[in-house]
Amino acid sequence: MNFEWTDEQRMLQDGLRRYLSDAYDATGRKAAREADRGFSAETWAGLAEMGVVGALFSEDQGGFGGSGFDLALVFEEMGRAGAVDPLIDTGVLGGGLLATFEPDTLEGVIAGETHLALAHAEPGARYELARVAATAERDEGGWRLSGRKAVVANAAAADRFLVTARTGGAGADPDGISLFAVERGALDFRPYPVVGGGTAAELSLDGTPATLLGPEGGAYPALAAVHARATLAVCAEALGMMEAVRDLTGDYLRTRKQFGQPIGKFQVLQHRMADVLIEIEQARSAVINLAGNVDGDARDLHVAAAKNLVGHVARLVVEEAIQMHGGIGVTEEYDLGHYARRLSMVDHRFGDTIHHLERFIALTRDAAPLEGAAR
Amino acid sequence: MNLEYSDEHKAFRDDVCRFLDEKLPEHLTDRGRRGRAPSKAEHEEWHAILHEQGWLAGNWPREFGGAGWDAVQRHIFETETTARGAPRIVPFGVAMLGPVLQKFGSKAQQDHYLPRILDGTDWWCQGYSEPGAGSDLASLRCEAVRDGDHYVVNGQKTWTTLGQYADHIFCLVRTSKEGKPQEGISFLLIDMATPGVEVRPIVLIDGSVEVNEVWFSDVRVPVENLVGEENKGWTYAKYLLTHERTNIAGVGFASAGLAALKRIARAEQDGGRPLAENPHFAARVARVEIDLMAMATTNLRVVSAAAGGQAPGAESSMLKIKGTVIRQEINALAKTAAGPYALPFQSEAVEGTNEEPVGPDYAARVTGQYLNNRKLSIYGGSNEVQRQIIAKTMLGL
Ligand SMILES: Cc1cc2nc3c(=O)[nH]c(=O)nc-3n(C[C@H](O)[C@H](O)[C@H](O)COP(=O)(O)OP(=O)(O)OC[C@H]3O[C@@H](n4cnc5c(N)ncnc54)[C@H](O)[C@@H]3O)c2cc1C
Repeated sequence: MNFEWTDEQRMLQDGLRRYLSDAYDATGRKAAREADRGFSAETWAGLAEMGVVGALFSEDQGGFGGSGFDLALVFEEMGRAGAVDPLIDTGVLGGGLLATFEPDTLEGVIAGETHLALAHAEPGARYELARVAATAERDEGGWRLSGRKAVVANAAAADRFLVTARTGGAGADPDGISLFAVERGALDFRPYPVVGGGTAAELSLDGTPATLLGPEGGAYPALAAVHARATLAVCAEALGMMEAVRDLTGDYLRTRKQFGQPIGKFQVLQHRMADVLIEIEQARSAVINLAGNVDGDARDLHVAAAKNLVGHVARLVVEEAIQMHGGIGVTEEYDLGHYARRLSMVDHRFGDTIHHLERFIALTRDAAPLEGAAR
Repeated sequence: MNLEYSDEHKAFRDDVCRFLDEKLPEHLTDRGRRGRAPSKAEHEEWHAILHEQGWLAGNWPREFGGAGWDAVQRHIFETETTARGAPRIVPFGVAMLGPVLQKFGSKAQQDHYLPRILDGTDWWCQGYSEPGAGSDLASLRCEAVRDGDHYVVNGQKTWTTLGQYADHIFCLVRTSKEGKPQEGISFLLIDMATPGVEVRPIVLIDGSVEVNEVWFSDVRVPVENLVGEENKGWTYAKYLLTHERTNIAGVGFASAGLAALKRIARAEQDGGRPLAENPHFAARVARVEIDLMAMATTNLRVVSAAAGGQAPGAESSMLKIKGTVIRQEINALAKTAAGPYALPFQSEAVEGTNEEPVGPDYAARVTGQYLNNRKLSIYGGSNEVQRQIIAKTMLGL
């Protein structure tokens, strides 16, 4: 057993941490938040140049990493900096699907030139991955899509949209879901900002021209695979954010004085801060479990376990940190506000604590319990 | 024991309900239902309606133009109005300053200020907290130095709720540095149009603006604006706090929030059924509803003791803690219920821009409200400070 990073991974981690702490100083974060596309083009270009997008892909895909641990490392640093770049959307989701179905177009993604958005979820589908109502019909030149897509992340920047639609089946049937590419120009939409940074949009598809990617009706397995990796990414990002919040709060407890002493001298706050630290370590272990299993047989079990646990811990950390800061904790300008907003959105991507609790129960009801890392 | 209201109180409740049916405008409740804070004009509109009925100041004695209600009547009124989503009565003039002036103010102050609170001429805000004086309020430093028939005020207040709307502020100021910190504080009324007063907005975590910084530089305040005696302000401030802590449980707000939450849960589809039927979600909603039912009765027990003449002590701290935790859990569940539609950033600040909400309208403000209502357990004496009060007064620890 070995919980250490390799030398290459450590180098990437150091470089990334340094780069992001410069890019995301107070002014950098504000600029990113106010940019039309929801992030800074310059920061994104720098990330791609450092090979951060490439770290999400294996060597035979044109990258130089791609393991669950590579993802965990990268996204933990993104989270620590409070970065808002659409690395999950363009890289893990969009790029992951292209790696499977259109690998020759991946180069532009890894180089940071192409932006992608996955338009999959629909109003009324909530977090159920196989629930797709949008439909695709074949016509002379290709395909035409109809239906609605909800909260499509990274819409403002995306050059291409990867859109799911049914060519067969119904309801929440995994069979019959197909994946299509739609060019930005074929869509008419108004992007809106998302809490904690980035953009999204609602898409109306009404005979929208599209190109089929991959096997007709057989997109679900790839979709589930990239979804698992995106869940890992968002959990690792949450972990980084929680550690940043822990540091901010610890500093505050040491410096804020009331009743003639630092508030960190009040035992009630000490104990609660101690609980926060314990829970963050639990989150770290859950992320490690998921990272080691994200491409294996026990994938779904670990996705459910990690996302449920991280969802709970994220809520605890947000609420305790704000409370221990007092009034300053509910202001927009103070750094904590950004992390709190972004961290409180983790539960709303790729399934919340309740959704993953149900999945975990379904997957473990009849199985013998095993220990964490070995499972 | 009898859990029913007396016949008189039942009749009063019917009166309140009839009044609300007739006089509470739909555009005001609508706004509340969508989680939007009322504008100044909307607050004023509601105050004027209540004033006309003679119900704006339920807590004031009739001699000062109040309704002279007992604690049970006040409770009934607050519960019914908040449960329907009416704007709250802005507390600074009516609930806070009014009682202080009635007990400690001069006749001239009572005659001048009290009618102006009722008819909406003056809008007050509360200047207690400072950057360095939060939970430890007695450490405040904003100072007032006597100069002839004026005080000259210098310093800064912060977290001044709705100060952007206010034309007057009641402040705790330091008039002496001798003795214990509590003993050098005075209670001063300041007209915010006086030269040297500056208000700067603070944007909150959900993008809304409801609190401000207020800066004083060489602000000259006539000595007749001192309430009571110099250096006795702490006593008045403590008296005021017992009034600030009415309706502290927020049962009406919690009921309205729970009703809204259930509406969302019935409308949201989850795995081909309404979210309300998801057993894990339903269990959490049930837990909070059970808690709320018990708290409503705890609240009534305190209210009933108060109507019988007992001043609530640590009980109001219990209600503050339980009430805020319940409301925050309801906010968290509403955010959970909205699912992915909790993600769009729909600021209170964009209200004026005519933009269509993204997704179902019930989701528009759930995230903002969740974040904003973290304040409930911080302001008015944080929940940690309330626990200290309970431990000290009920256990002697
Ligand atoms: C939205 C909002 C509106 C407000 N409106 C007004 C207003 O209109 N007028 C006004 O004057 N003020 C107002 N306040 C100020 C409010 O009363 C203070 O924020 C509150 O008293 C807490 O002070 P603080 O923010 O300085 O936190 P701090 O006192 O710095 O507290 C930080 C943390 O330490 C904890 N802590 C402090 N002391 C102890 C202790 N002895 N034991 C254990 N834990 C402790 C606190 O509970 C908190 O968790 C408002 C605040 C907010 C957030």
